[in-house]
Amino acid sequence: MSELTRAIQETAQKLLQNREVELVVGFAEGSLPLRNTPCFVRQPEEAQKLVWGYGCENNLANYLRKRPEKVAVVAKGCDSRSIVELIKENQIDRDKLVVIGVPCRGMIDRKKVTHLLAGKELLEAEVRDGQVVLKGKEFNETVPLEQLLYDTCLTCQHPNPVLFDIMMGEPVPVKETECFADVANFETKAPAEKRAYLMQELSRCIRCYACRQACPMCFCEECFVDCSMPQWLSKSSLNVQDNVFFQAVRALHLAGRCVDCGACDRACPMGIDLRTLTRKMVKDVQELFGYTAGVSLDQKPPLAAPINTTSPATCNQDGR
Amino acid sequence: MLVNKGQFTDWLNQLIQVYQVYAPVKEDDYFCFKKINSGDQATLNYTNSKVPPKEVLFPRSEKLFCYRCENDGVQLTEQIDESKKIIVGLRPCDAKSFLLLDGVFNSDKYHDPYYLIRRNNTVLVGLGCNQPAATCFCTSLGGGPFATEGLDLLLVDIGDRYVVEVLTDRGRELLSGMELPAANQEAQEAARIVKEGAALSTQVNLEGLKSKLDVIFYDPIWDLIHEKCLGCAACTYTCPTCHCFDIVDEAEGNEGCRIRNWDACMFPLFTLHGSGHNPRPTGKERFRQRVMHKFKYFVDNFNAIACVGCGRCIINCPVNLDIREVLAEIQGSEVRSDKQ
Ligand code: SF4
Ligand code: SF4
Ligand code: SF4
Ligand code: SF4
Ligand code: SF4
Repeated sequence: MSELTRAIQETAQKLLQNREVELVVGFAEGSLPLRNTPCFVRQPEEAQKLVWGYGCENNLANYLRKRPEKVAVVAKGCDSRSIVELIKENQIDRDKLVVIGVPCRGMIDRKKVTHLLAGKELLEAEVRDGQVVLKGKEFNETVPLEQLLYDTCLTCQHPNPVLFDIMMGEPVPVKETECFADVANFETKAPAEKRAYLMQELSRCIRCYACRQACPMCFCEECFVDCSMPQWLSKSSLNVQDNVFFQAVRALHLAGRCVDCGACDRACPMGIDLRTLTRKMVKDVQELFGYTAGVSLDQKPPLAAPINTTSPATCNQDGR
Repeated sequence: MLVNKGQFTDWLNQLIQVYQVYAPVKEDDYFCFKKINSGDQATLNYTNSKVPPKEVLFPRSEKLFCYRCENDGVQLTEQIDESKKIIVGLRPCDAKSFLLLDGVFNSDKYHDPYYLIRRNNTVLVGLGCNQPAATCFCTSLGGGPFATEGLDLLLVDIGDRYVVEVLTDRGRELLSGMELPAANQEAQEAARIVKEGAALSTQVNLEGLKSKLDVIFYDPIWDLIHEKCLGCAACTYTCPTCHCFDIVDEAEGNEGCRIRNWDACMFPLFTLHGSGHNPRPTGKERFRQRVMHKFKYFVDNFNAIACVGCGRCIINCPVNLDIREVLAEIQGSEVRSDKQ
């Protein structure tokens, strides 16, 4: 990790010094344990703020739409895939973007940590040799890293950036997993059961729209939830049905564009499972259109291209 | 007074007969204030709730009135909630937030019956914080883990029992059905030790902040400080002092209700005019508003900072935009006189 940090700092510094870019978007040390935070660097000497760690969980592609200046971005696998989609949707000018690719070993899910610690407060953490040491008042626990990674990372098939100009370090091996087992499991449920599950989850929604704001692909000038003429759904959260409707439309609107980065799911302060819906769409789009979002700049988005497959979705199918 | 924990649950059960009792209830891996039907649903062994108890008095969405258009006119039904409530186990910072909200909903100019009726009918039973979180900074704002301001009763957890500090007549009345012994010397000593042990690890420097904010509206600092902010409401909706709302009619056919929903200055829609003009067009103006409202405008209007240091915005921000760091950055910046 420290090697990656050094490489990122050097690269950023050079890019700024040589005026190849005006801005580097990356991650800095965060204010909470296991947390890194998005960071905007404009001066070469500030490049030392940049770091790489297991808390670089935000999708930085979110900061790249319609930027006037030349920008470099630190991108892990999922960020790079969002960048690909955003280029295809004319939100990012490829010529004004330098992608600093970082092979990603996965990010730590702070909700899993909270769950594990069952009420004890995490004050300090350290990742070493595949183990995470969690420290707090009167406790010191060591947990295998694998146990704490985000589910998105455990099933991720593109940890290595698919699009980059400069690559930091060596590619990481791709996990061999049965990646749609969770969706398949959801699919076997009866409609009433699915509905009950979603109603239960979304009953906690406070309509803070952190999910929408965290998603690089949620960039409609006017979101349908904010529209008042016509008013597509209730602005209040009195009716859980409307919260479900919000997420259902969001998921459908992201079908074929969502890269399963998990940013929406992580942003939700209420810990609502949004991934079941978004993943279902990822699987459906693979099955129906043979399309995996964000893996190739050349492949036309679904519906803009002839349908070319009916084969079942698999992890490694990139639909090319 | 002294109450052991078993007795405490019985007490809640008694109260439930008369009052709507709200208490921290575990949900997923966090806690929220929920109406409980039995004393054992309350979990007082918690750090702080995800959503602040402001939602009991000022709900996320509430019906103000409902209407029905008939041939000979409109029939209105008021939706005033006059039930008697108790919030049990709220933290001192959240109790203080109610005093700040009172300023807004019960000012010289404006009385909000929906909030005020609930507020007057609600008794607050606080719980001191034996183990403040690393994100808590209430002491920087005049509060503290055992502050009593705004509370009717304060519970101090001394292991198997609570020492109950009676702070108001309303509080005393709540206990009238119980024959509780006075806290003996041993219990008082235990409470003292607990209080001393509850040190906060975070301090925020607020000295001179207001006079700084008075002159930096046009300062370039705002160009950068908001940059990573996503413009969601995770911070404001989970903030105990944020109180902005929006009112909408939701109707179907010839009947409907007027509903008040939480709203947030971080949304573009918040200030969008009917004309299409938006006086806070970008994240910069919106983030500045959040900081200014809490640390300057509220001080101008109510002579108090609209932050109680609960740390929720720090914990819930999806990009770790930490208000403590924002304030430190403003404090550390050079003061320029304000020019557009
Ligand atoms: S989804 Fe993949 S690329 Fe994204 S953070 Fe996880 S492992 Fe890294
Ligand atoms: S919907 Fe969620 S998982 Fe999909 S791209 Fe957006 S933030 Fe990522
Ligand atoms: S982030 Fe969570 S609580 Fe907020 S609107 Fe989205 S689903 Fe609802
Ligand atoms: S601004 Fe943050 S710390 Fe202050 S009261 Fe609101 S949520 Fe708590
Ligand atoms: S500060 Fe954080 S929580 Fe608040 S609006 Fe910005 S991104 Fe959302």
